[in-house]
Amino acid sequence: MGTGDGGRETGVALRAVGVSKRFGVVRANLGASLEVRRGEIHAVVGENGAGKSTLMRMLAGMYAPDAGLIEVEGRDVTGWSTREAIAAGVGMVHQHFMLVPTLTVAENLVLGQELTKGVQLDRAGAEAAVRSLCERTGLTVDPRRLVSDLTVGEAQRVEILKVLYRGAKILILDEPTAVLSPPEVVELWRVLRRLSSEGGTVVLITHKLDEVIEISSTITVMRAGETVGQVRTDETTPAGIARMMVGRDVRLAAEMEMDGGRGTGDGRAALRVAGLTVPSSRRPNEVDNLSFTVRAGEIFGIAGVEGNGQTELIEAIAGLRAASAGSISLGEADLAKMSVRERSAAGLSHIPEDRHRRGLVLEYSVGDNLILGLQRRFSVNGALQRERVQANATRRIREFDIRPPTPALPARALSGGNQQKVVVAREMRGREYSVLLASQPTRGVDVGAIEFIHAQLRSARDAGKAVLLVSADLVEVLALSDRVAVMYEGRFVAVLDRGEATRERVGPLMVGVETGDGGRGTGGSAEPGGEV
Amino acid sequence: MSLINEAIPDPAVAPLSRLSSRVGRATAALLPPLTALLIAAVVGDLLILSFGQSPAAVFKLLLEGTWGNAYGFGQVIYKATTLTFTGLAVAIGIRAGLFNIGAEGQLAMGGFCAALVGLLLPVGTPAVVAIPLCLAGAALGGASVASVPGVLKARFGASEVIVTIMLNFITLAFLNWLIATKLNVAESLHTPEINAGAVARLSSVIDAFRGSAANFVLLVALAAAGYVGWYLFRTRAGYDLRAVGLQPEAAEYGGVKVGSVWLRAMLMSGALAGLGGTNYVLGYKQYYEEGFAAGAGFLGIAVALVGRNHPAGVVVAALLFATLSQGGLAVNAVVPKQMVDVLTAVVIIAVATSVPEVQRLLRSTVRGGAK
Repeated sequence: MGTGDGGRETGVALRAVGVSKRFGVVRANLGASLEVRRGEIHAVVGENGAGKSTLMRMLAGMYAPDAGLIEVEGRDVTGWSTREAIAAGVGMVHQHFMLVPTLTVAENLVLGQELTKGVQLDRAGAEAAVRSLCERTGLTVDPRRLVSDLTVGEAQRVEILKVLYRGAKILILDEPTAVLSPPEVVELWRVLRRLSSEGGTVVLITHKLDEVIEISSTITVMRAGETVGQVRTDETTPAGIARMMVGRDVRLAAEMEMDGGRGTGDGRAALRVAGLTVPSSRRPNEVDNLSFTVRAGEIFGIAGVEGNGQTELIEAIAGLRAASAGSISLGEADLAKMSVRERSAAGLSHIPEDRHRRGLVLEYSVGDNLILGLQRRFSVNGALQRERVQANATRRIREFDIRPPTPALPARALSGGNQQKVVVAREMRGREYSVLLASQPTRGVDVGAIEFIHAQLRSARDAGKAVLLVSADLVEVLALSDRVAVMYEGRFVAVLDRGEATRERVGPLMVGVETGDGGRGTGGSAEPGGEV
Repeated sequence: MSLINEAIPDPAVAPLSRLSSRVGRATAALLPPLTALLIAAVVGDLLILSFGQSPAAVFKLLLEGTWGNAYGFGQVIYKATTLTFTGLAVAIGIRAGLFNIGAEGQLAMGGFCAALVGLLLPVGTPAVVAIPLCLAGAALGGASVASVPGVLKARFGASEVIVTIMLNFITLAFLNWLIATKLNVAESLHTPEINAGAVARLSSVIDAFRGSAANFVLLVALAAAGYVGWYLFRTRAGYDLRAVGLQPEAAEYGGVKVGSVWLRAMLMSGALAGLGGTNYVLGYKQYYEEGFAAGAGFLGIAVALVGRNHPAGVVVAALLFATLSQGGLAVNAVVPKQMVDVLTAVVIIAVATSVPEVQRLLRSTVRGGAK
């Protein structure tokens, strides 16, 4: 009782003290602590593998801590269940959506606590409840639409609504902006501010420091499972936060915007795509009659909200997806008819967007993953040369500081940043290439590794490689690219030189809004099918 | 820069952690089958008690009748030989992400083809020529049956589970028809004795095995296990095959042609199952008989799962199931033989529910079916 009142008086909504959690040999949290005041927007930042998600999941009742104390509103709730957490008003919105795609928005929201009329689901009642919740929160979604038809941004709104529907007063969001376009992010901020102004508490995990500065009032920085410190947002800078996260000075992408454009971009045409149309299961022209050229010595960046054909474009170039029309050539070689392996041999390197699905065989060791796609180079007469595989692994691990430095460890056991380093090491150092496809190269990767990967991409460019970069992170595209194309519904709505490519200009183009401020620039025309 | 130079791994640490991670993985791999055996032992005790017998006495009897004397041990070896082949067949399929339930039919076809080659060869063909030819015939026979699901899967993505199940019926019915109408010795359901290609029994070298069916096809089985181990873990093709089984999309990204790997794995699987037929046909009876190894193909699934799809594990699991099968006969006087069948079933169910491969396969099968 006494502590309960204490919590209310001090205004602390959520407190974790000395929390530890191990998974096998991995120590996810090591005496981590957190204190969130009621009504604030609190950002938890840290490198990948710093233990942020684990800590949040313990707060939300998904895991029980091995040691330490968790309090909500002054009440000791250590080791509670998700059910208890929801009942106490603590709800979590996950990085990967947990919605049933074949059900409607309303059905998803009431799942588990369905309103019923006799034995039947009260559809109208559920829809009305959802509508009123939408009005109250300003999160608008048509309750009758199927979740499978929603955009990513809308699906996320449903996730948030779902948590609020269950009466959450403390909202935990894990990397909520990872998949959103800039306007959607603005919309999310508006909703979160409104929640907080109405007394709700928001805890949010993110990697993006500019977001932290923009939205949060307090920041907790974690590193290696521990809490490094808590600062007030108005008393710090992005560089200051980054230093706390990594434990040393780092260069931030945003600060490098000006010195990024050293690419000459006047090299020979390395990758030429003409009239490329790629179908998907959804529509026949996911990539719609697209033409462009990437020259040796430039980074050609594609900005755009995910799901506008970028994935299909990259997969078609890599040979993982069939195109229905168009040509792809690498130097003098016509790639269109080649297999994945032949394209690779012709000089194409590929950092795929999804390292868990494509880029790595998760059960394979780090050493074996470092030769994926290069199997032939590491075998003689069909037999793998284990010593060479091992030597290669030791070398790449040292060059790229992959941790832990154990070639025999399964890739699954590595943090996201280190997994990505395995992919980057293999694709950029392990082989000869002239064109690099870099798709979401820093997604889910910590600040230190982002800096490292960006430096790798730049040095590849400076060494005369042609880099085709696709990223949902606009800051990244703008910081690295010598030319920026904005992709929308399978086409380039604009191709801009780096000087013209600003956040203000590109943001609206990403959602198909023409800024109409005149010239398309010297970067090239954007007529569909026209040579860029 | 500092990122690269910051932490150069201590070379002394690496081998140690490699060793410990290897030990850890081996332990993790062994845990489900060992747990399954423990459960089976407990269930077995309860069953024996329900017949009013002492579990200790019955298990003692079971061991004495199998590993306790040369004849019983020979029988265990004989049965384990067939199971090693079918276990390897299923294991290599699972490693490639394929669930070959057709080992039963492939085994029968292999046995038949071995007999056919043995019948076609002239009397007096030297063993060094005849035996390899018969073995090749068996492998080709099994592979030819498996080529059907292999091609259908690689070409059209047809579920190999459905196709192999169906093909078991077709293959066995076809062979039965051949035996019943064309090739049988009058009044029997078997072919005439082969002219050449017979493999010697173990008892021809070690007299104690007299009367048991154990024969030198055992060496072929061990060689096959060694080959599969080398192929899976030491060759590029094995690297590709396992990658396809674990993550077909990553394998595709790595330049592997997933369909060809599926076809190759299915052919190898069928060839291994087919070789299993030689244990009876070349080593034991010297003729093909209808239903000569009924159930050995299906039991191969259990052998592969208990053996965690590792060739060494498969050999051990084959010995285990062979012991149970032979032990059932040994304890028949005290408890019904079927009790051991129940035990076998308990082992299978316990393993099947605990092994991740099964869960993955079931999931992919359900998903494939839903398409």
